[in-house]
Amino acid sequence: MDTQQNTESRLWDYIDGLSSPQEQSAIEAMLSSNLEWKSKYHELLEAHQLLKSTELEEPSMRFTKNVMEEIAKYHIAPAAKSYINKKIIWSIGGFFITLILAFTIYGIAQVDWSAPTDTSNLPIDINKIDFSKIFNNTFVNVFMMLNVVLGLMLLDRYLANQRKQIHKKA
Amino acid sequence: MSTGLHDNEIISRVLQGEQNAYAELVNRYQPYVFTLVLRFIKNREEAEEVAQDIFIKAYRSLADFRRESKFSTWLYTIVNTTCITFLRKKRLDTYSLDNEKVFEMADNVDSGFSANQVEQKSKLTMVTKAISMLNPDDAEVITLFYKAEQSLEEIGQILGLEPNTVKVRLHRARQRLKEKMELHFAQEVRDLN
Repeated sequence: MDTQQNTESRLWDYIDGLSSPQEQSAIEAMLSSNLEWKSKYHELLEAHQLLKSTELEEPSMRFTKNVMEEIAKYHIAPAAKSYINKKIIWSIGGFFITLILAFTIYGIAQVDWSAPTDTSNLPIDINKIDFSKIFNNTFVNVFMMLNVVLGLMLLDRYLANQRKQIHKKA
Repeated sequence: MSTGLHDNEIISRVLQGEQNAYAELVNRYQPYVFTLVLRFIKNREEAEEVAQDIFIKAYRSLADFRRESKFSTWLYTIVNTTCITFLRKKRLDTYSLDNEKVFEMADNVDSGFSANQVEQKSKLTMVTKAISMLNPDDAEVITLFYKAEQSLEEIGQILGLEPNTVKVRLHRARQRLKEKMELHFAQEVRDLN
């Protein structure tokens, strides 16, 4: 059964033009010497031609007219790349990566590497980690400032787009 | 009326504001899009509405077509996503192989023909019917490969699959089609031979 499926699979690749030149020669040799292969090949070739000859379905005669009437109500949307500023995306991404890195470095810095390797006693003492160094007023202020700046940048872009649209309409 | 212009030339004209030029693209691709939609949505009226919606979506997003692939490949990606979304929304039966309805439907199709009509049915009609009995995934891959003339790489792009996976899927789809033919049209094929 597996051999039969393998034969079919190789013959389909040959018919679809997906076989390598060496494989093509091997199959052609088999087709000229093996009657079973030849018969299978003709069966698959007929199926291939039938599949190629099937007719496409046609929608109603009014189809194009309906589409054209509908699209008359719309405008082509501007390309996504024209209104997505990659710099903003990169700055937001950069901010979060920096934040993750800072936490990771701080966490690693708290590890007591000289502690004995006892699995029941982890070298990190959660109680010793001083979160107040991170979540202090300065940190929160810087975080808020960055968000305000990013928010203002987005607002600026939005207003600029609005202005452009008003100019276009005028 | 065909202008003989390349798809990309028509797209450039549409993007420059010549909206009517889009009709040429609609005329060119409507049978392909409609056939593909019918592989998912069996009701012709609904399929036509979805096909129209696809052309409208394609028009509105035309500026996003980067011309890195063929226009047809890009359009069929919209067909695939729109049909999947439509089926999800409507929670329709997708006529999968395991679905009893397929066999009920097939039986009805089969028993609806008189002896004379059966004799007159061509193999082509039977193949078309058998394709419509396949599950949408199999029917879609067969239609894209044989009718829409998309390569394995292009089909992979449309379906979000690796070309090798597409090749396996195509082999299986053909195998299932053969099973359908044997199950429902064996006698007719014998009569024709």
